[in-house]
Amino acid sequence: MTALASRAAPAKATRVRRLPAMKVAPYLWVLPAVALFAIFKIYPIVWSFWLSLFRTDGALQTFAGAANYQRLVADPLFWTALRNTGVILVVQVPLMLAVAVALAVALNSPLLRFRGFIRLGFFLPMITGLVAYGLLFAVLLNPQSGLVNWVLGLAGIPPVPWLTDTLWARIALGLALTWHYTGYNAVIFLSRLQALPKDLYDAAAVDGAGGWHRFRHVTVPGLRPVILLTLVMSTIGTLQLFDEPYVLTNGGPDNSTLTVGLYLYNNGFRYLDFGYASAIAYALAVIIGILGIVQFRVLGERT
Amino acid sequence: MSRQIMLTSTLLLAVAVVLVPFYWLVVAATHSSAEVFGSPPPLLPGGHLLDNLAGLEAGVGFSRVVGNSLLIATLYTLLAGLVCTMAGYAFATYHFRGKEFLFGLLMLGLVIPSQVTLVPLFKMMLALDWLNTYQAIVLPNLALPFGIFLMRQSMSALPAELLSAGRVDGCGELRLFARVVLPPIRPALAALGIYLFLYQWNDFVWPLIALRTRDAYTIPLAIAALQGATETDYGQILAGTAVAALPMAVLFLLLQRHFVSGLLAGAVKE
Repeated sequence: MTALASRAAPAKATRVRRLPAMKVAPYLWVLPAVALFAIFKIYPIVWSFWLSLFRTDGALQTFAGAANYQRLVADPLFWTALRNTGVILVVQVPLMLAVAVALAVALNSPLLRFRGFIRLGFFLPMITGLVAYGLLFAVLLNPQSGLVNWVLGLAGIPPVPWLTDTLWARIALGLALTWHYTGYNAVIFLSRLQALPKDLYDAAAVDGAGGWHRFRHVTVPGLRPVILLTLVMSTIGTLQLFDEPYVLTNGGPDNSTLTVGLYLYNNGFRYLDFGYASAIAYALAVIIGILGIVQFRVLGERT
Repeated sequence: MSRQIMLTSTLLLAVAVVLVPFYWLVVAATHSSAEVFGSPPPLLPGGHLLDNLAGLEAGVGFSRVVGNSLLIATLYTLLAGLVCTMAGYAFATYHFRGKEFLFGLLMLGLVIPSQVTLVPLFKMMLALDWLNTYQAIVLPNLALPFGIFLMRQSMSALPAELLSAGRVDGCGELRLFARVVLPPIRPALAALGIYLFLYQWNDFVWPLIALRTRDAYTIPLAIAALQGATETDYGQILAGTAVAALPMAVLFLLLQRHFVSGLLAGAVKE
C-alpha cells in the first residue's frame, strides 16, 4: 500500500498541471454512478425514514410520529429476531473466523501439497447462490431421509432433528453459513499472511519462539487489521441475514431462526405494513452503525 | 515428511467434506423425488435428469426462467461494469472538487443495509409501473460501491506517464480511456465482470420483490417458488439448482485466478 501511495503521489502532480482545461471531464465520468446512486440508494433511504413515521392501514397512510418505533420496542417478535441474529453473531461468526484463520495458516504452510486445488475447493461454496445452497442444505439435512442423517446412522448415531427442533435448526443455519463463507474469509487472511514480512518470523525463530508463540505473537498481530475487516463485514452480513433462513427454515420452528431481515420482509411484503417494515429497517441500520463503530473502536485503536 | 503427509491429508479430507454438497447436488439432480429421499439415499448418478428438466419446463417454464436470468445478468454485468469503471477512472486519475465527498458517499453504500431501501424501491417501481420488468432489476444496483472501489484501486496503480503520454499525443478522453487505461487492467476487469455476473445471477431478495409474475422470474425465484408448492418435487428442484450452480462453478474454475485476485484487491486495503 505504501508503495502504491508513493507512486500515486507524483502522478497526481503531473495530472493537475496537465489538465487545466478539463474541469468538467471528471464530473462527467462520475455522473452515471452518482446519479444512479442518488436515485436508487440515497432517495430511498430518506424516503424509508419518512415512511417509518406513518401507520399503514390497508391503503390508508396516517402520520403517526414515533408510533412505529414505540411498537417496535414493545414487540416481542422483534426482540426474538434480534436475539436470534445476536446468537449467530456471537457464536457462528467468531467460530467461523477462527476456523478461517487456522485454515489460512495451514494453506500458507510450506509443507502443504496440492495447495491450489485445496484453496479452490474451500473457495468454491462462495459462488453458490444463497437460494441454491439453502435448498441443498434443506434436502441434505432432511430429518427422515437426508444424506447427513443416513451417514450418521451408519455410525450408529440416531437421527438428528435438523430444521424441526429449535436448537438444531439454529445449528443447521450456522453450519450452512459456515460452509458458505469460511473459505472466502480464509483466502482474505491468506493473502495478508503472504504479505507479512518474513524476517519477523525469522527473528522470532532466532529468539527461540516455538510454533504456538510465533502464531500468537507474530501471526495474530499481523492479521489484526484483516480480522477487523472480516469481522465488520461478517457483522453487516449477519445482521442483514435473509436468504438462508427464508429458504432453509422460513424462520421456524417456533421462530427460532427468525432474523431481523426476515421479520422486516414479512412485515413489508407479507403483511404489507410498509411503515412498520421501514421502522425495522431503520432500527437495523442504527444497530449496524453502532456495532461497526464499537468494533472499530475496540479493535481498530490497536492497529 | 510425516508432518507434510498429515497436514496435506487433513486438508484434503476437509476439502472433500466441503465438496460433498456439490457432488450430491449433481447426483440428486439425476434422480426422481422418491429416489432422492429413498433409503439409502442415492450416491451415484441416476437416469432421471431429463425427466426432471422436462418437469421443470412444464411446471415453471424453466427455459424462459433461465433466459431471463441470462439476459438480466448479462445486461447488468455490461452496464454496471461501465458505470463502475467510469467512476473508478475519475476517482483514480483526476483531481476535482468534491472528489473525497462523492467517493465517501458512494462507499457509504457498503455499510448501509440493503433492506432499508426495499420498501421505497418497491413503491418507486410500482409508481413507474416497472414491476416485472428487466430495468427494475438492473437499474437500482448499477452503481455498486464494491465495483467502483475495485476499479479505483486497480486504476490508481497505473503509471501516470502512460496517461500523460497519451494526452501529449493528442488522444481524446474517450480514446484514452478505451485504448490506454482499460487494456492494462484487463485482469481486474475480468474479476469485476465475474463478480457482477455472479452477484446478479444469485440475487434473491430484490428480484423476489420486484418480479411478481412467473414469466418474469429468475432461476433463484423459480426454484424457491417450487419449494412452496403443495407437492414439492425435490428431484426437479435440485435439477434446477444444479443448472443454476454448475455453469457458475465451471466459469469460476476457468477464471478463478482473476476472480480471487480481484476480490482480494478489494478486500485487503488499509
